[in-house]
Amino acid sequence: MSHAIQDRPVATVKRTGSLSSARLPRWSPIAIAAGSIAAGIGIGVAAGWHSKIQWGMIAALLFVLTTYALTTKVEGSRQAKDNVATSLVWVCFVLAVVPLVSLAWVTISKGMEVLDVYFLTHSMNGVLDAEAGGGVYHALLGTIEQVAIATVIAAPIGLLTAVYLVEYGGGKLAQAVTFFVDVMTGIPSIVAGLFILATWNLMLGFGPSGFAGAMALAILMMPVVVRSTEEMLKLVPNELREASLALGIPKWRTILKVVLPTAIGGITTGVMLAVARITGETAPVLLLVFGTKLINPNPFEGAQSSLPLYVYEQYAVGTDAAVSRAWAAALVLIAFVMILNLVARGIARWKAPKTGR
Amino acid sequence: MAKRIDVSGLSAYYGAHKAIDDISMTVEPRSVTAFIGPSGCGKSTFLRTLNRMHEVTPGGRVEGKVMLDDENLYGTNVDPVAVRRTVGMVFQRPNPFPTMSIFDNVAAGLRLNGKYKKSQLNEIVEKSLKGANLWNEVKDRLNKPGSGLSGGQQQRLCIARAIAVEPDVLLMDEPCSALDPISTLAIEDLIGELKERFTIVIVTHNMQQAARVSDRTAFFNLAAVGQPGKLIELDDTERIFSNPSVQATEDYISGRFG
Repeated sequence: MSHAIQDRPVATVKRTGSLSSARLPRWSPIAIAAGSIAAGIGIGVAAGWHSKIQWGMIAALLFVLTTYALTTKVEGSRQAKDNVATSLVWVCFVLAVVPLVSLAWVTISKGMEVLDVYFLTHSMNGVLDAEAGGGVYHALLGTIEQVAIATVIAAPIGLLTAVYLVEYGGGKLAQAVTFFVDVMTGIPSIVAGLFILATWNLMLGFGPSGFAGAMALAILMMPVVVRSTEEMLKLVPNELREASLALGIPKWRTILKVVLPTAIGGITTGVMLAVARITGETAPVLLLVFGTKLINPNPFEGAQSSLPLYVYEQYAVGTDAAVSRAWAAALVLIAFVMILNLVARGIARWKAPKTGR
Repeated sequence: MAKRIDVSGLSAYYGAHKAIDDISMTVEPRSVTAFIGPSGCGKSTFLRTLNRMHEVTPGGRVEGKVMLDDENLYGTNVDPVAVRRTVGMVFQRPNPFPTMSIFDNVAAGLRLNGKYKKSQLNEIVEKSLKGANLWNEVKDRLNKPGSGLSGGQQQRLCIARAIAVEPDVLLMDEPCSALDPISTLAIEDLIGELKERFTIVIVTHNMQQAARVSDRTAFFNLAAVGQPGKLIELDDTERIFSNPSVQATEDYISGRFG
């Protein structure tokens, strides 16, 4: 079609070589990593250091340096920089994963010692702190009830606040709300606990109860829900709102039927992360729920227990049996949060906008 | 039930910035009126004032009168929601609701506005999709998500969604600018059919398109960047493209602009 164009002499960029050049083999990163770890251990043993962290540090440093040196020699300086960046990313990844895995490993291995059906279905009623036996049922029940009440209080308020901020706000009031939400995010949990203690328990004269703890947890949860929901609502394209408004759909229905369904996956994840955050709170529970060895299914009357509080109490006792119970309860707590997270992810995936044909 | 639009002395603002200045024009029922002009001259802003979508933009404000037959859209007791039910709109980028199926997208305007029986909905959805020349392509997958369609199909889905609520006027803001020539042709054919039933106003950057689809053409221009846009002239499309009465129009159309 276009001989004229093809025949025309074209000015080309001068190239110094061909497109291919010397490359390290594909397995080289693994080989370097293995070599570095071996060298790290070797140096550590030779120098008589006992800390495995030191061995790891040496191995990481060797890994980055060797990668750089080898790549410079074989591939050139640009690829060397590229590889150093890649290896740094890997080192950081490992540094982040090692504590996580070791935490999970220690909790699981120590927690499994006493964790069984008996442990999950019995309370500490009549069990002396120092002796073995007893269980976590009362604490698990308390945690579930308190977290559920806190979520019922905080999630709707947080959701509606976020809807106000994104869909209606814009003036001074919205700025003030945003500011106070930010301040609330930074409230230490003990302060939230003291606030409820001062108002609910001391001023109004109520005794300790799961509900009091749940209120403090709700205070901690609300800003997290507001923040995450706000971000999710901002991600909903304005075009969808306009499309809906242009069909003559009122604003409130647009928000209810178009904006919220589009963002529901992210909102669910945000709420679940907030739930996960408050599930592990100890301080307000210590002040307000008080802790008990007995099963108290009524969150509105009398002291309850909760998992983090249980862990704290058992660890404070300090006998072998109690510490084993503390580990097992910690494992139950982690599993509880993880199951919530999985449920949240499931809901997010199920509700996310579908793009298939 | 197409209606005549009569605009007089209309200015629109974004905060303190005046975007269009003192526009008066008449849009005839059962015809296609095209708006052409350089970017930033206020065509889209003006279009959005015709169904009170302009005030959705933060700081958006309008002065003047828009008469739809004998009702002022900016009268004191007028509900913008009711206006938008009467004056529908199709946007530049296809924007089907991602959480809804093809059927639900078309039914959205009806369902979210009131109660309809399933059989009624089926009927209206089929009629609207046929009206948008999309029925044959999607009739077997009405329950699949609307976002799975191609760009041109999505835009026709949006047109079906807009005509499902039976508006009197249909506003189109560059409906073909994100589409390939074949989809564009499909939508232009569709516009030709739709003008039997609706009053259509279309903003376009494509002058051939304006010449092909419209009965009357309005040329907008702005004196300089930051100045408000103005209506230069409105006339029969044939006259605008062959013998415009203003020199600026001729310059713009023949490419001697700026």
